[in-house]
Amino acid sequence: MEIFKKTNFDFLGKKMPFIVASLVLTAVGVGSLIVKGGPKYGIDFKGGTVTTIRFQQTPNEDQIRKALGARIPGEIVVQQVTGQNEVIISTDLRDERELNEARSAVFDTLKATFGGKDGDKLDINTATQAQLADKLRGPLASSSAALTEPQLQEVVKNILAYRDAAPRSGLLGNLDSLSGVSGVTAEMVTVIKQQTYPGSYTVRGFDLVGPRVGKELQTQAINATLLALIGMLIYIGFRFEFVYGLAAVIAVFHDVIITVGLFSLLDKEISLTVIAALLTLVGFSMNDTIVIFDRIRENLPQMRRETFDSVVNLSINQTLSRTILTSGLTFLTALALWLFGGQVLNGFAFALVAGIIFGTYSSIFIASPILIFLREWMEKRRKGNTPAAAVASPVKAKNSK
Amino acid sequence: MDKNLKSKVIVIVATILICIYGIIGLPKSKAELERNIAESIKLGLDLRGGSQLVLQVQVQDAFKADADQNIERLKDEMQKAAIAYTSIDRNEPATIEEADTIQINIKGVPVDKTAALREIFTQKFSTWQMASVGSDAYRLTMNNTESLAMRRDTVTRSMRTIEQRINGLGLAEATVQQRGNGETNPEILVQMPGVDDPARVKSILQAAAMLEIVEVKDGPFPSEEALRAKNGGILPLGTRPIRQATRPGDQGESWYLVNRTAVVTGRDLRNARSSQDQFGKWETSFVLSPDAGRRFGRYTESNVGNKLAVLLDGRARSVAVINSKIEDSGVITGAGSQQEAADLALVLTSGSLPAGVVYLEERTVGPSLGADSIRDGLLAGAVGVGAVVLVMLVYYKRAGINAVLALVLNAIILIAVLAYLGAVLTLPGIAGIILTIGMAVDSNVLIFERIREELRHGKAVLAAIDAGFGKAWLTIVDTHVTTVVSCAFLFIFGTTAVKGFAITLVIGLLANVFTAVFVSRTIFDWELNGKPQSTTLSI
Repeated sequence: MEIFKKTNFDFLGKKMPFIVASLVLTAVGVGSLIVKGGPKYGIDFKGGTVTTIRFQQTPNEDQIRKALGARIPGEIVVQQVTGQNEVIISTDLRDERELNEARSAVFDTLKATFGGKDGDKLDINTATQAQLADKLRGPLASSSAALTEPQLQEVVKNILAYRDAAPRSGLLGNLDSLSGVSGVTAEMVTVIKQQTYPGSYTVRGFDLVGPRVGKELQTQAINATLLALIGMLIYIGFRFEFVYGLAAVIAVFHDVIITVGLFSLLDKEISLTVIAALLTLVGFSMNDTIVIFDRIRENLPQMRRETFDSVVNLSINQTLSRTILTSGLTFLTALALWLFGGQVLNGFAFALVAGIIFGTYSSIFIASPILIFLREWMEKRRKGNTPAAAVASPVKAKNSK
Repeated sequence: MDKNLKSKVIVIVATILICIYGIIGLPKSKAELERNIAESIKLGLDLRGGSQLVLQVQVQDAFKADADQNIERLKDEMQKAAIAYTSIDRNEPATIEEADTIQINIKGVPVDKTAALREIFTQKFSTWQMASVGSDAYRLTMNNTESLAMRRDTVTRSMRTIEQRINGLGLAEATVQQRGNGETNPEILVQMPGVDDPARVKSILQAAAMLEIVEVKDGPFPSEEALRAKNGGILPLGTRPIRQATRPGDQGESWYLVNRTAVVTGRDLRNARSSQDQFGKWETSFVLSPDAGRRFGRYTESNVGNKLAVLLDGRARSVAVINSKIEDSGVITGAGSQQEAADLALVLTSGSLPAGVVYLEERTVGPSLGADSIRDGLLAGAVGVGAVVLVMLVYYKRAGINAVLALVLNAIILIAVLAYLGAVLTLPGIAGIILTIGMAVDSNVLIFERIREELRHGKAVLAAIDAGFGKAWLTIVDTHVTTVVSCAFLFIFGTTAVKGFAITLVIGLLANVFTAVFVSRTIFDWELNGKPQSTTLSI
């Protein structure tokens, strides 16, 4: 099976609309970044807390915001996870001295607001293994379902494992369902129901980053990425010519700017995992670009009579089926990750999906025109300032090897 | 079979076997197989659930404590040598960076005693440097080598204490590592898979747990002012004011005047555990080491009727009258629950922290979120890889099988190398694997498209394969080396997360050069072996 037998699209002839589109996208992205005062950093880079909570019923965002706002200074963002009764709460942390209290500030407020109370029963949805074992030890011993300590620990562990497994994912709605858990008898269920109640929420994850650490991580991530780009520039410059390296790096930079701009437009946060996705995108885009450049280098000696433009155009056409197939397949992988990968991978997968589209596009429509432009410009400088002549006689293909 | 081909096949089979052995070992049962796989593919906390903490050791605390000790020693020495002074104090370095600026200031020393004082310094305070400030004042600063050693030592000792507390909690899989440079960047990374009560662990790790038993000189007083007023504003030499730790329901404060030096300290403990008093209240009882026990016995014997205070982190936890000689044990009352009493016992037996610790970072993934992540991740991986395999088989037919085999082998090598290195698979690592799969597929596509091109130009099958691999090889080298170069920078300058990405990607790419080029080529040769005149190729 083949999609493209032999193509001869005039990619470079139609480059203007794409260049304009890229400029517009870049401008919109940069504009959004300027208006919003830089990218929207997640707590990894600015410090703060992020709490992931699942509720039994659809949670009231306003109530959460108000309750936390009364205790914690700064902005409080409550974000619903689509399709689930789950929210992600982010709070600010501006002062290192708040670090120690930040956790209890969030947890205590949640407990006070949504914890509920049922006599002195234990909330089984927020209970730890030790707490549940302590609560059940005495009552079980005095019931007919007496257990040895190892048996008790085993049963408690099973109950919590059952609670944490999908589809409950940490929230028990009905304690009667525990009768299906291995080692739990009907009497035990009765005791458990006497001693515990299923609370209305459970905390599924909590992150805390100090503001200074955030700042350090930010500089470190940006430096590493920039140095990696410079490293690529040097290698490509060494293997091909400097202009090739420059064109490739500019194209990749364009992808990153547009993706970061898109994140800014959609108000999505840049976290450490998104940085990993951006690095992946840099890798993909660079790979695509090098494949085309490699072909240009290979074609040049055999096509001395052709203009550089047509060599580039032919090279893009020759590698087109490969570009489409590879990008299509990696896009499929990223799409699967986005659709099925779960919430932890969501931001990461989104950056990949967007990045692969831009990366493929930029290799064809941005990297190559920039290469031609840079070569013409250098040729012009070499021939002295005679722009009229340069336009009239197309630049001759030059053997790069 | 061609001899050359034969040796290639042997290399490939051997690689596969070594890699599979690296992942699953030699299991004798299904349970052992599952256990071995779980051990080889270690998932990071972000995927499997657990807590990760970054603690920063406030090394300036250790510097201040050291200066305080030296001030006490200096006062003793000066008294012995009959050198008068008006004041000896130290400055207050507030941050880790400022720790080295610690200094002891001595003021009001008579001019004729200068030589005697210098003598004391050179004889007994060789780790400090002295400078004169004016005619009657001196400033001591710490030697460079000494302050470096102190920074390192403080971090090492904090780490040991934290390790002991983690072990005491029974967190079998937890790890404690030093992060960054112990001298300039005193950070400790604690990773605890599967822990379900991070808040409790955090408070245990942070507890200073400095235990002292001191003689009570006077008290109680309702406030510090009352205590000072009774002593005419100036405290007697060698004493300090101590506040009683408050308990829920306590009204007001109570203060005691106690001896500056302790009779026994936390270092003298042999053991501690939670216990109940006759009213069923929880407390922490401890046993002293034999040596300290004798010392304590002598002291209590000669001080019957006097009061003793048990201090924890500078607050009095219990104050009691000595009724008779106490040999080697004691209790700390005032625990709210069994867990609280047991936690105190734990931090006491693990020793005190030489300096305070602050949490810079916490990342907790609850067990339910971890389980969901693994399930979703596997599903997404299966769907993604399934789609890739399907497309490759449909698009390239027989040659597609080559690509799929190469891809599978690449994955096996990648996992095996990670297992051999003891690396942990995290979210950024998955990013690296995805890019690896992408580039592995790309290498195959590049080669196959090249072979198709050559076939279109009318080349014979063998020649087309040869040319296809040959020409694609250069491109593959360029794309791979570029990525490896960038990974090197990411690894050197990146954060932990970025490093994870870089290392998986580099391993994957190296494996890919082997699988997509060498293995795939060998499979083609194998298929065409003995059929040199073959005119068709399923590609």
